[in-house]
Amino acid sequence: MTRITQYASRTTQWLAGGVTLALVFVALLAPLPALNAAPQERQLTINASRFAFEPGTVRVNRGDTVVINLESSDVVHGLYIDGYEIRTQAEPGQPGRLSFVADRDGAFHFRCAIPCGNLHPFMIGKLVVGPNLTWLRAVAASLLVAAGALVAFWRA
Amino acid sequence: MRWAISDTPWVNRLLRGRWLQWGITVLTLAVFVVVILTGLLGTPAGNHNFGIIYVWLVWWALLKLVLVPLLGRFWCSVCPIPAPGDWLQRRSILIARPGGKLYTCATRLFRKAARGRPRPWPRFLRNIWAQNFGFLAVALFSALILTSPLVTALTLILFIVVSLAVSLLFERKSFCRYLCPIGGFVGVYGQVAPLAVRVKDPAVCATHTQKSCYVGSDAGYGCPYFNLPARLETNTLCSMCGECLRTCNRDNVAFYIQMPGTDLLNTRGRRLDEAFNGLMMLAAAFVYSVVLIGPDGWLKATARAVGAPSWFAYAAVLLLFSAVLTPGLFWLCVRFGQLLGGDGEPAPGKTAGRGSKHATLFAGYAIALVPLGLAIWIAFTLSFTLTNVSYAWPALSDPFGWGWDLFGTANMAWTPYLTGMISYLQIPVLLVGLATAVALTLRTARQHGQRPAAALPVSAFCTLAVVALLTLYMA
Repeated sequence: MTRITQYASRTTQWLAGGVTLALVFVALLAPLPALNAAPQERQLTINASRFAFEPGTVRVNRGDTVVINLESSDVVHGLYIDGYEIRTQAEPGQPGRLSFVADRDGAFHFRCAIPCGNLHPFMIGKLVVGPNLTWLRAVAASLLVAAGALVAFWRA
Repeated sequence: MRWAISDTPWVNRLLRGRWLQWGITVLTLAVFVVVILTGLLGTPAGNHNFGIIYVWLVWWALLKLVLVPLLGRFWCSVCPIPAPGDWLQRRSILIARPGGKLYTCATRLFRKAARGRPRPWPRFLRNIWAQNFGFLAVALFSALILTSPLVTALTLILFIVVSLAVSLLFERKSFCRYLCPIGGFVGVYGQVAPLAVRVKDPAVCATHTQKSCYVGSDAGYGCPYFNLPARLETNTLCSMCGECLRTCNRDNVAFYIQMPGTDLLNTRGRRLDEAFNGLMMLAAAFVYSVVLIGPDGWLKATARAVGAPSWFAYAAVLLLFSAVLTPGLFWLCVRFGQLLGGDGEPAPGKTAGRGSKHATLFAGYAIALVPLGLAIWIAFTLSFTLTNVSYAWPALSDPFGWGWDLFGTANMAWTPYLTGMISYLQIPVLLVGLATAVALTLRTARQHGQRPAAALPVSAFCTLAVVALLTLYMA
């Protein structure tokens, strides 16, 4: 390869890399218009038993006021929501209650907060607050990164 | 571009001396003994048991987040499992024996009279296939091992017994090099690390017939991993124990800091067993993400119910997914790439047949799975480390769960750290892994004489893996 083509190739790489990085930042961070449904109060009952929550996945919309009634059907269980950092607990016959406004979109694990047995650290459920822009942004960023790397290194 | 850190006098003294490595090994061995004791005698509640917390949370997180990405296979040189066998072989705990002499039962029992050498490691096992299948075997029982202190202790005891037996029969660290399920993937992922042991000038080695780095000398032992440092091109089989630095009497070996991932740049001459390791590890990360981090309780219970009919179905699915479907899909991508970008050229000096050509390309493209797989394992490890690491404080004060309070931390409450940040830590790691993987697929195509289009299917495979993981965690 001559010096000129080497230089051109290197310039293309830097250019493609820079554009990709900029697009990834846009995909991850650009403010988007809110497409929320009208906020409402969501009453949810989650049953905890070793070592699962039922339902395992809960979906609400951003802005909803979420009221979770935690019921336990065997031993004492807790419920801690990652990201929101709130918790409650329940034991058989004594449900727990949690109320919060779902003001952050994305998927958040909720997990048992009271040791309940061997699989306790893996007693996990998922709260999805829609529109799940975090996931969409991450997927868009992944596609951009893959495409950008292909362009940058196609002739490298 | 690389910097020889061992040329700095005080670093050189530190690395040539045996105290640092020995000291860390003794420390890890002490922790290992506590892990086994707490597993056998302590509380069966995993989150209160030192063994479970410090092996599967603290050590695992350190290994995946720090040691492998930065120091490659360094963990293997301070791992407690081979230490007793190693000391027995050397008949010395710290000081090197004259001539780097090793003692095994094999030296006497299996000495070949004609050649005067001990029995060599079986030729058909001189690869990491046994490590791959060992990892799959451990993966089958992982839901039980990860959550039962007793099973964790028994597994570690099994490891140490096998390691000891192997070291009594075969010279050097044959267990670590050929059998340890952890060593297999630590070696493969260790190629990402910026730390490397290499020779300074290969020409010096070419004229050095003594090969003290391989056979040992009064200054130290021959390479425990059967490496000739002059031939080392990657970290895969080097534990960075520093024996070659000590034994090279021409001062031609150094510890280098290089660009991360330098070891991955040569995609030619790659091995199928290492390719399979990358695929199997990738599949295992998905299985663990679905089973352990997912919301399905019945799946966790099934994975833990070892011996039950449902567990056999789970085991069959895990094996099928890890050993057949994922490699099969990858193989299809490589074949499709051949249709798009041609078959490429055989390695210089080789006239490869079609089957051999497929295998060469398959192994070459699998290099992309090293940064990708490591990124996926880091994302997986982040998903549970920050939320659970606070269990480490009470377990430190009360390792057996007997009500002790050695350091005043026994009653510290479970406190998840930075749970709102986990996604934002996972996303950049996965993006860097994906970008590196795609760049490597194009490099593979070029180095094997294919057109760039040949890299598209494997790039799509890597992208699909990242999108699938993001969907598992974030959708």
